[in-house]
Amino acid sequence: MARKKKTDWSKDVFKVLKKADVQQIAYVPDAGHTSLIKMAIADNVIKPVSLTSEQEGVAVLSGAWLGGEAGALLMQSSGVGNVINMLGMANECRFPLLMLVTMRGEWGEFNPWQVPMGQATEGVLEASGVIVHRVDEPSEIAETVEAAAKLAFEGGRMVAVLIGQRVVGFKDWTK
Amino acid sequence: MVSKKSKTWHWSQDVHQLFKKIGIKQVAYVPDGGLAKLLERCQADKSMRSVVLTTEEEGVAQMAGAWLGGQRGVLLTQSGGVGNCINMLSMMQECRIPLLSLVSMRGEWGETFPWQVPMGQSTIPALEAAKVIVHHVDQAEKVPETVQAAAKLAFDANRAVAVVISQRISGSGSKG
Amino acid sequence: MATKSNTKYTLQRRKVVHRILEGRGDAAVVTGIGNAVHDVASANDDPKNMYLAGIMGGAAMVAFGVALAQPKRRILVITGDGELLAGIGSLATIGVEQPKNLSIIVIDNQAYGATGNQHTHTGRGVDLVGIAAASGFKKTALITTNAELQAELPRIHNKPGPYLAVVKVMSKSSARIDAPKDGTYVSRRFRAAVTGESA
Repeated sequence: MARKKKTDWSKDVFKVLKKADVQQIAYVPDAGHTSLIKMAIADNVIKPVSLTSEQEGVAVLSGAWLGGEAGALLMQSSGVGNVINMLGMANECRFPLLMLVTMRGEWGEFNPWQVPMGQATEGVLEASGVIVHRVDEPSEIAETVEAAAKLAFEGGRMVAVLIGQRVVGFKDWTK
Repeated sequence: MVSKKSKTWHWSQDVHQLFKKIGIKQVAYVPDGGLAKLLERCQADKSMRSVVLTTEEEGVAQMAGAWLGGQRGVLLTQSGGVGNCINMLSMMQECRIPLLSLVSMRGEWGETFPWQVPMGQSTIPALEAAKVIVHHVDQAEKVPETVQAAAKLAFDANRAVAVVISQRISGSGSKG
Repeated sequence: MATKSNTKYTLQRRKVVHRILEGRGDAAVVTGIGNAVHDVASANDDPKNMYLAGIMGGAAMVAFGVALAQPKRRILVITGDGELLAGIGSLATIGVEQPKNLSIIVIDNQAYGATGNQHTHTGRGVDLVGIAAASGFKKTALITTNAELQAELPRIHNKPGPYLAVVKVMSKSSARIDAPKDGTYVSRRFRAAVTGESA
C-alpha cells in the first residue's frame, strides 16, 4: 500500500510540473525521488540534468530562467546544506527557484549521520530567504507543489517543498 | 609584541601567535581580503601547513581528518564560504569533532556590493541552524581574546565554533 | 554523450576491497558513504577504519587531513564514484598539496547504488583517472581485471603518492554488513588507534 501511494504522488506531482511548463529537471538522486526522476528522463520535452552536487542545480535553474525556461531541483535534505551559498545568487537576482526536497534525518530515521542536517534543513533554508512549504500527507503533495510552483514562477520567489520522511519512508536499495 | 594602541598593530599578529601557542598545525582556507594578513603570517610560518582549498567544505572535511589524526587545525573563510559548508558541518556535529573557524564577514557593515548581502545576512543564522557556536566580534582589539575563547570551546570542549569577524574591522568591500 | 554500459566489467566490489585491505598493514582507512562502508566493514572492523556513513564528498579531504597529521602512516580512501564526484575539487587540492602517504581507491560502479542505481557521470564518459592525473597525482591507474589490481597493490600501499585508482566493478552490490554507525564512537576509536592517545 505504501508503495502505491508513493507512485501516486509522484505521478500527480509530475503532472503539476508539466502543467507549470517545467522544462528542466535537475537532480541528485534520492530514493524518494526515484519515480519522478524516471518520469523526467522518459519525458520528451523535459531535459533531465544529473548533478554531482546540488549547488550545480541552483546555478542550472538560474540559467534556465535567464534562458526563458522553468525548472525544478530535486534533492534530499542533506543536499540543502550544499546550496546555501549559491542561493545567495538566486536571492540577489530574485530568480524563481522551485525545489522539491525529500526529508531524511527525522521520522523513523535509522542512520544517525542524517539527523544533524535533517534537523537543520528548514532552518538554513529560512535563513537563506527561501519560502518553505512542508507536507506530510501524500494526498497533499501535488497541491503543495502546485502552489509552490506558482509562488516561484509567478511570484518570483525561491520556494522549497519539504516532503516528510513519514511520506517517503526509506527504501534501502543495498539490501 | 607591538602594543594594541600602536598604529601598526594588527589583530592577525596576536591571533597568529595564539595559533602557535595552542599548537595549530593545519591552516585551511579559501583566500579572502579580510583574512589576508593572517594568511600571510601563517603561510610564512614553517610550523604550520597552509592549504588552499577549491571550496570551503573541503576545509571542514580536512579539519575532521586533522583531529582524527591527532593534530589541531583552523579553517579560515569568508562569510560566503559558510554557505558551502553546511552539509559537511553535519559530520562535525554527528561525530562531535572540534572545529575552530574564523569567518571574515561580507554583506553587512557598509557593504557596497549587493551580491554579498544575501549570504552575509544568512551567515550567522545558517551557522546557528547547523548547530555551530558563533562568537561575533566587531572590534579589532577583541579578536585575539575571542579566538582564544573559541579555541578552548572547540578543542577542550569538543565543539564546532566560528569566530565571525565583522566587516567593520576589515573594511573589505565597504569603501565603495 | 552516449551512456556506456558497465555490464562488461567483471570485478566484484567486495572481493576487490578485501584484496586491497589484506595488505593494509598499519594503514588507516577512510570510507565514503554507502557500499564502501559495508565493503570495508566486511573485511574487518578495524579500529583504524573511519566510516563516513552519512556524508557525500568528504572522504578524500578527511583522509588528507589525517595524512598530514600522520605522515608516517599510509592513509587509504575507499569510496565510490558518486561520493568522489560530489567533492571533485578535492582532487585539485590534493594534487597541489602532494601528500605522499595518501591513496584513493574509487570503487566505480557508475551508479548511485544507495538510491536506486541511477547513472553517475563516470558511466557517461567522465574519466576520474584523467582528472586525477591532470591535477598532479603522482600515479594513477584504471583497474578492470584481477591482474591489473594485483599489479597496482605496491603502488596502493607503499610507493609515494598521492595515488588514485579507479576500479571498474559490476553494478551488483553485496550483502549489507553493518559497521558501527555512531560517529562519536568510530571517530574516537579511530583517533585513539592512530595516535595512541585517548581522545
